[in-house]
Amino acid sequence: MIENIVGRYLHIELNGHRQRVYFEEAGQGIPLLCLHTAGSDGRQFRAILNDPDITAHFRCVTFDMPWHGKSSPPAGWQNSEYKLTTDAYTGMVMAIAAALGLDRPVVMGCSIGGRIVLDLAAEHGAKLRGVIGLQSSAYTDSYYDLEWLHRPDVNGEVCGGIVSGLMAPQSPEHERWETLWHYMQSGPGVFRGDLNFYAVDGDMRGKLAKIDTSVCPVWMLTGNYDYSATLEASRATAAAIAGAELTIMEQLGHFPMSENPERFKRFLRPVLEKVRARG
Amino acid sequence: MVTQDSLLLNLPALVNDDRALARWGRYLDADVLVEIGADSWMLHIHQGKILEARRGPFRMPSFTFAIRIDADAFTEFLRPDPVPGRNDLMALVRHRLLRLEGDLHPFFSHLIWFKFVFAKLREAPIT
Repeated sequence: MIENIVGRYLHIELNGHRQRVYFEEAGQGIPLLCLHTAGSDGRQFRAILNDPDITAHFRCVTFDMPWHGKSSPPAGWQNSEYKLTTDAYTGMVMAIAAALGLDRPVVMGCSIGGRIVLDLAAEHGAKLRGVIGLQSSAYTDSYYDLEWLHRPDVNGEVCGGIVSGLMAPQSPEHERWETLWHYMQSGPGVFRGDLNFYAVDGDMRGKLAKIDTSVCPVWMLTGNYDYSATLEASRATAAAIAGAELTIMEQLGHFPMSENPERFKRFLRPVLEKVRARG
Repeated sequence: MVTQDSLLLNLPALVNDDRALARWGRYLDADVLVEIGADSWMLHIHQGKILEARRGPFRMPSFTFAIRIDADAFTEFLRPDPVPGRNDLMALVRHRLLRLEGDLHPFFSHLIWFKFVFAKLREAPIT
């Protein structure tokens, strides 16, 4: 069996660096751009890109951010410290969407991706068909010392260990452990660098009032086992965006699309139906 | 029968014959003070094996690091189907129900081992 997912490389300048960005896509129709979590890569959306009911109506695209997955860091990375910022992240998503010819895409992101879609909706809402925030919150306080994620004397296994409990215990074991494998494959300092956006730079609370959901609808799906982007944080975020729709997903955690794809799609399908109805 | 009093004393039997755990913990050496509410235990760990589990109280304990857990939260953690926020050691950290103190390098460099080990206690529920 050969999957319908096709992977290619995009050469593009992002934030002053030439980058070779790996992306995968499947399907035709409304562009659905999927953004992976911190310290992982686009493999998290495998089940979405492989779902014929979704790809019949959506051109599903996911890319590995530079430093992640099959997108290498820029030349000279050995002399720099990776730290993701709001401006760099938003600029990257919009630049890649344009380079791939995605016309008013729906952007669906998880965790840091669920955070940045709030910025995208606030700053570029008219260029988007809507955003879907998975495990989305406008702000998350740090509850452990992030330095443990980037030390030569601590193996990258710690990245998997940190996030393992964020998944629902009911999710299939093999899906949970594949999700953790992606984390353990992360390059040195990459997870911590992404969390610079999540826990330091990317506080979106001041921007939520700018979002006009009549122009760019906001749908939020939050799994109840997530103690990083908590239910309380998602509820507070949704409450601060007039017209935002929040659905709580029981027995799912921080990685709904990869920890239990079949259960997640039960919650995603009604949202995608709304996207299609809006045209 | 496992009682609250003997809870962690049961760990060597649960852990030391588990080959997967032995691999995850093969470089782990630490003396870990575990406090659950007012109860305390000391785990002497060498190369991922719990060589000794002693019941407190301890007058002047010497340890690599301490794990201190709220007693009610730990009872919920031990349930076969723990509720959100009580399902994982880091979930307890997130909710300020688990505190770590001391040299935390062995804990974070073997985080998966420690999570496995504490989850093992669900196999021997308190009676």
